[in-house]
Amino acid sequence: MVLILAETQKGKFKKAAFETATYGNKTAQALGTECAALVLGAASGLEELGKYGASKVYHVPDAALDNFDSQVYAAVISEVAGKVGANVVIFSHSALGKATAGRVAVRMNAGSVTGVNSAPLVEGGAFRVRKGVFSGKAFAEYELKSDAKVLTLMGNSIQPEAGGEPAAVEEISVQIPEAKVTVKKLERVEGVTPLPEAELVVSAGRGMKGPDNWGIVEELADVMGATTACSRPVADTGWRPHHEHVGQTGIAIRPNLYIAIGISGAIQHLAGVNNSKTIVVINKDPEAPFFKAADYGVVGDLFDVVPRLTEAMKKFKAEQ
Amino acid sequence: MKLLVCVSKTPETTAKIAFTNDNTEFDSSGVQYIMNPYDEWYALVRALELKEAQGGSVTIIHVGPAANDTIIRKGLAIGADEAVRIDAEPPSALYVARQVAEYAKNENFDIVFLGKESIDYNGSEVGPMLAEMLGLPFVSHATRLEMEGNKAMIVADIDGGDAQLEVETPFVISAAKGLAEQRIPNMRGIMMAKRKPLKVVEPVEAEGLAVAVRFELPPEKGDVKLIDPENMDELVRLLHEEAKVI
Ligand SMILES: Cc1cc2nc3c(=O)[nH]c(=O)nc-3n(C[C@H](O)[C@H](O)[C@H](O)COP(=O)(O)OP(=O)(O)OC[C@H]3O[C@@H](n4cnc5c(N)ncnc54)[C@H](O)[C@@H]3O)c2cc1C
Ligand SMILES: Nc1ncnc2c1ncn2[C@@H]1O[C@H](COP(=O)(O)O)[C@@H](O)[C@H]1O
Repeated sequence: MVLILAETQKGKFKKAAFETATYGNKTAQALGTECAALVLGAASGLEELGKYGASKVYHVPDAALDNFDSQVYAAVISEVAGKVGANVVIFSHSALGKATAGRVAVRMNAGSVTGVNSAPLVEGGAFRVRKGVFSGKAFAEYELKSDAKVLTLMGNSIQPEAGGEPAAVEEISVQIPEAKVTVKKLERVEGVTPLPEAELVVSAGRGMKGPDNWGIVEELADVMGATTACSRPVADTGWRPHHEHVGQTGIAIRPNLYIAIGISGAIQHLAGVNNSKTIVVINKDPEAPFFKAADYGVVGDLFDVVPRLTEAMKKFKAEQ
Repeated sequence: MKLLVCVSKTPETTAKIAFTNDNTEFDSSGVQYIMNPYDEWYALVRALELKEAQGGSVTIIHVGPAANDTIIRKGLAIGADEAVRIDAEPPSALYVARQVAEYAKNENFDIVFLGKESIDYNGSEVGPMLAEMLGLPFVSHATRLEMEGNKAMIVADIDGGDAQLEVETPFVISAAKGLAEQRIPNMRGIMMAKRKPLKVVEPVEAEGLAVAVRFELPPEKGDVKLIDPENMDELVRLLHEEAKVI
């Protein structure tokens, strides 16, 4: 059986939970088995996961799991996997998934691949998955040679499919070891989709000249419902918070739309963003390397173009 | 404090990525290699700062062939006291973790540092695997680390924000941008590095389990479609009707 970990935030499923359920279901079909889901800590609407392909939802509601510790989570997830007979465990490629998948792989003696981006290929006993490597500059196919397998699914690489029926929910009790990592405080930017999950991203670079000019970028993002990002020098000089930094040494993202404003398109920047589905580049220099990686380009002064684009977006939204 | 830093070798960030042997192997011809930036700039430097503040030692460990000694020497030049190289070409993250765990299990390190990921295979896997093998807590993507006695106050990246965490030694930590400032080795450091101990250790038997078997380059982008900067309605129309992303 395939077991997916469905992540919640404040008791509600993240979009990644539905992506992972859909992916888990496809994996189960390829293996000729079923996909169950696991939810840890307080959460509501658990049966929803059935619509995305989970045939059953297991729930460990203990409040001790409301805070995340990879050691505790790995112990609990491995124990549930053992109890329900799952030999494939799938996480989303989130902070939680990345910190836990490797631990579960060790416990289950499983081969593991993180950041997979397409459904597994199962052929005559061989199990292969694909992921981005070299910071998005290439793809690699991995073969998993073990019976047990652990994967993490890259965000935005599969569309959640909600065709099925709500699933039965079963509480399951397991040993919960004591956490050694204490969570003192969590600070999340409220009201915006985190970059790794964002479908629309508006990103700006040194062409903005200074932090005081970011209003036009934020307004465009606001109108579109997009998340803001930036190039590395912009984060390094403190114009923008470092969690907005995308690229080889920042966050790697693959939104449906990436709008790059006043960013030259250095290879290390492209590394983190060039798997975006559609790229728009706004730059006054027609020779900027970013145009080679773009689908749509606007050669012009960003201080004119961006407000104009915001107006056009507003008009479009009003007509919708 | 006794500190261990895991360092890996990656192609330099502007390296041209190509594959040989029917796309089954990375083409290393003409490629310059560097120490993985997260390991060098953040993990190693923060470990050195802690040692400088409170005494102790910093050991670096690398799983790789003798050709990678230049990477290790650079770590010693930046300031590590000694180095260990496990003499093997690692087939997977699990293999690396097994080798490091084997070495570290009897050494009683207070903190084991890694980078948040290697920039070639982008796994973020070795850290959690190693922590599990050693039975230690793990904090990933740390951007701050302060010690008070044996208690660590850590700030770590989570999706769309930060977490403030506390944990006691011993633990495993992976470093993200912000944990420290990059250090450039000076002449004296480079000279001293030549005399610092680099121990070569034979690998233990371990399996790969998940290995890359084939590579592929992303499809070439078609030509960029240029839009009149006066006509942003046209761009919005194309994004809606042609690209179908809004
Ligand atoms: C090891 C390493 C890792 C790195 N990792 C990253 C990474 O993860 N992410 C990253 O982003 N960078 C990274 N870099 C840095 C990268 O090489 C570039 O220096 C950086 O991306 C440049 O940022 P930028 O495009 O904002 O600035 P610039 O290169 O200065 O480009 C500014 C652009 O704005 C345009 N512009 C200026 N004024 C206007 C205007 N009025 N209207 C329109 N356009 C205008 C200019 O034509 C120019 O193209 C890394 C570098 C190294 C060595
Ligand atoms: N061959 C290696 N030898 C020692 N440490 C390694 C090796 N490969 C990876 N690491 C460490 O593990 C971290 C994460 O690597 P990865 O799991 O490949 O993303 C790196 O930043 C290094 O600190």
